[in-house]
Amino acid sequence: MISRADVDHVARLARLTLSDAEAERMREQLAAILAYINKLRELDVEGVEPTSHAVPLVNVFREDEVQPSLPREAMIANAPEPAGELFRVPRIIED
Amino acid sequence: MSAVATAAGYEVVIGLEVHAQLSTRTKMFCGCSTTFGAPPNTQTCPVCQGMPGTLPVINRRAIEFGTRTALAFDCTVNASCRFARKHYYYPDMPKNFQISQYEEPLAEHGGLEIDVAGGGVRRIGIQRLHLEEDVGKLVHEGTLETAPSSLVDYNRAGVPLMETVSQPELSSPEEAAAYLRAFRAVLVYLGVCDGNMEEGSLRCDANISLRRRGATELGTKVEIKNLNSFRNVQRALEFEVIRQAAALDAGERIVQETRLWDADRGYTRSMRSKEFAHDYRYFPEPDLVPLELDLAFVERARAALPELPRAGRRRFVEQYALRGAEAATLTGSRALAEYYEATVGAGAGPRPAANWILSELLRVVPGDDEQAVRDSPVSPAHLAGLIRLIDDGTISGKIAKSVFDKMAASREDAATIVGREGLTQVADSGALALVIDQVLAADPKLLADWKSGKTAAENAIVGQVMKATQGKANPALVRDLLKEKLSKT
Repeated sequence: MISRADVDHVARLARLTLSDAEAERMREQLAAILAYINKLRELDVEGVEPTSHAVPLVNVFREDEVQPSLPREAMIANAPEPAGELFRVPRIIED
Repeated sequence: MSAVATAAGYEVVIGLEVHAQLSTRTKMFCGCSTTFGAPPNTQTCPVCQGMPGTLPVINRRAIEFGTRTALAFDCTVNASCRFARKHYYYPDMPKNFQISQYEEPLAEHGGLEIDVAGGGVRRIGIQRLHLEEDVGKLVHEGTLETAPSSLVDYNRAGVPLMETVSQPELSSPEEAAAYLRAFRAVLVYLGVCDGNMEEGSLRCDANISLRRRGATELGTKVEIKNLNSFRNVQRALEFEVIRQAAALDAGERIVQETRLWDADRGYTRSMRSKEFAHDYRYFPEPDLVPLELDLAFVERARAALPELPRAGRRRFVEQYALRGAEAATLTGSRALAEYYEATVGAGAGPRPAANWILSELLRVVPGDDEQAVRDSPVSPAHLAGLIRLIDDGTISGKIAKSVFDKMAASREDAATIVGREGLTQVADSGALALVIDQVLAADPKLLADWKSGKTAAENAIVGQVMKATQGKANPALVRDLLKEKLSKT
């Protein structure tokens, strides 16, 4: 079962501020999702190799050749708060 | 400074994590250019910005470079490996996760030989080598403390980064610096990284702990970030040894934490730990299929390995009869080793070639800067030409030094400068005899001393003749003329 403390922890890692009501709603939804996923545990996977991919492919590469980048204006246009050539983000506190 | 800890009865235990930007043309997972110094945010695309619906694709050359490095460090290249997502929310990562490797790195279990104090060699173990993507660069407005906001340039986000973690086997700040030097030399030889620490192509974090001499358990370790030069690695670790020894002496406990090296102020300071909650929630990157590097791929990479610095050093000692320290300097960078061999190849003797490079060339060209050595104003062929002029007696060794400086300034060859400036050694015995007579006539005491057979007087006369001819006299010929003259009197 997912607890309120779990929700607060994950929210902090994701830099999200949740109100009490929101946190409770998230807890309920996450609990429902996890309960659904838990159904998979009912499967008998004895003798099945763990895998991270369903497709039987390995070694998919591209050659080291330069492709055009997106124009800066187009990229910056998506920024909530552009600053000339740069993206502006809230102050980073390191100490 | 390790002397301080030694005196206090502590053993220093250091491990280094080195991040090297690979010299690929494009990023790890997209075709954006990796050129350093481009205007901010001009080298990004929807893939490296993490736009929904985009898919990363692995750069083949990055895998080749990683494999090449792993083999040079004597690592086992894993037959299968995969990428993983490392989650953390920080504005230097547009995706809010970094594609890295976790449980299945590219390679493991290697080692690197370093020179240690007293002339010995130690092999420092390498735990693992893995590939990941670099992050963007944060620029702060004003000082960090007062900045109202931070600015981000994402050109660097997605550049291939190779992380190599050593075993905690380095036992002093000096050894840590030696490890980093040897590490850099190998990467530069391999051509997988330009090794430019100022531009951040090579970055280093260190783990350091102290324990009572003889203790078997490791002490609490502290991680130091931001070590961007050989000197700073050593200084930061020296500071930390003293800090930790003093704390332990005072009966304090060392806190496991991340500290930032402040090169300007010369100390490490604690970074607030809650900003770096180590809860990365790794899981296999679903957008990238695993790698299975077969034996043929690995063996091809092994066959393509160039001679590495230490092997080159041994060969230089044997083949050219150089001293160990000379060979070490000449093989300190691949470009310099190539320069030396090109000079010898152009006809210069191995001994004078080494002397000229070590004493003169390295005065005008920084030996650890590959590009600067390749662009040297005095080419190997020109240096060999200069040495030839000395060998055949056209110019004196003394004049040769000033010719070298002129060559470095003008990029001309030695013969051109010597011819134009009339620097050819005076080997005309008639002309020299005349100069000798003038010198002796001007200094009767010298004449008397010389006649009484004083060696110092002969040397003084040769010196004055050299001076009178602006260094162009052939000193051996002057001595012969003096002997002849003395025998006649």
